[in-house]
Amino acid sequence: MEEFQIVDNCLMVKLPEEIDHYRSGYICEKADWYIVKKNVDHVVFDFAVTRFMDSSGIGLIMGRYKKITCFGGKVFVLHPDKQIKRMLLMAGMQNLVEIVE
Amino acid sequence: MNNEMKMEFDAISVNEGFARMAVAAFVSAMNPTMEELSDIKTAVSEAVTNAIIHGYENMYGYGKHGDVIPAYETLHQGKVYMHCRINKDTFYIDIQDKGKGMADVEKAMEPLFTTKPEYNRSGMGFAFMEAFMDDLEVFSEEGSGTLVKMQKKIGAGSWIEAC
Repeated sequence: MEEFQIVDNCLMVKLPEEIDHYRSGYICEKADWYIVKKNVDHVVFDFAVTRFMDSSGIGLIMGRYKKITCFGGKVFVLHPDKQIKRMLLMAGMQNLVEIVE
Repeated sequence: MNNEMKMEFDAISVNEGFARMAVAAFVSAMNPTMEELSDIKTAVSEAVTNAIIHGYENMYGYGKHGDVIPAYETLHQGKVYMHCRINKDTFYIDIQDKGKGMADVEKAMEPLFTTKPEYNRSGMGFAFMEAFMDDLEVFSEEGSGTLVKMQKKIGAGSWIEAC
């Protein structure tokens, strides 16, 4: 299950095992709520337990990137596995967010 | 080995996971590597999601986590049709919907092009299908639906590194 936590003004989102369109909607909405209501500075997505992602995951990151950059924040992506990293690179996400392995 | 499987299910978001799991189970008889399996799962997920949210415009699942919405009352009725075949070392899959179709397939296949940016769609669906499968063909007609045909050779070796 996805978990949300604020650590030092950063929103930490622990992503679930599988990210598809069905699951991403709720995560998008809740992350947006934190960004707007809790004034977080940066957003961190942790893919440590994620084993499957499709383009909904790219949409999830891209949408949050668009919002947080309005407030001068950054997006970080932690621990993507080989397949997920490949998809991030194909979508050109390395130019928008910081990918940390 | 030759094998064939047909599936038909409701065009609702919760079935995306079911569809790719069923295909993964079907393909596992071919002894694919983990990479091949996850490539196929991603491509199936993209095509089925497209059928549901673009073909039938059923956005159910979006932002309604845990909400129990009576799916059949609020949704456009429709089915997604899947036809999988294994012929020797090649896996073929056709995913079809009878939804609204697309007028300009080429435009839709451009990376980062999406008609639904407000729903956090990235526009990468077709790009991923193209990259993860060996062959992709899309047939669509406005008003009568879309057919996505894909194939992938299993056991062709490991990834060619993208980027």
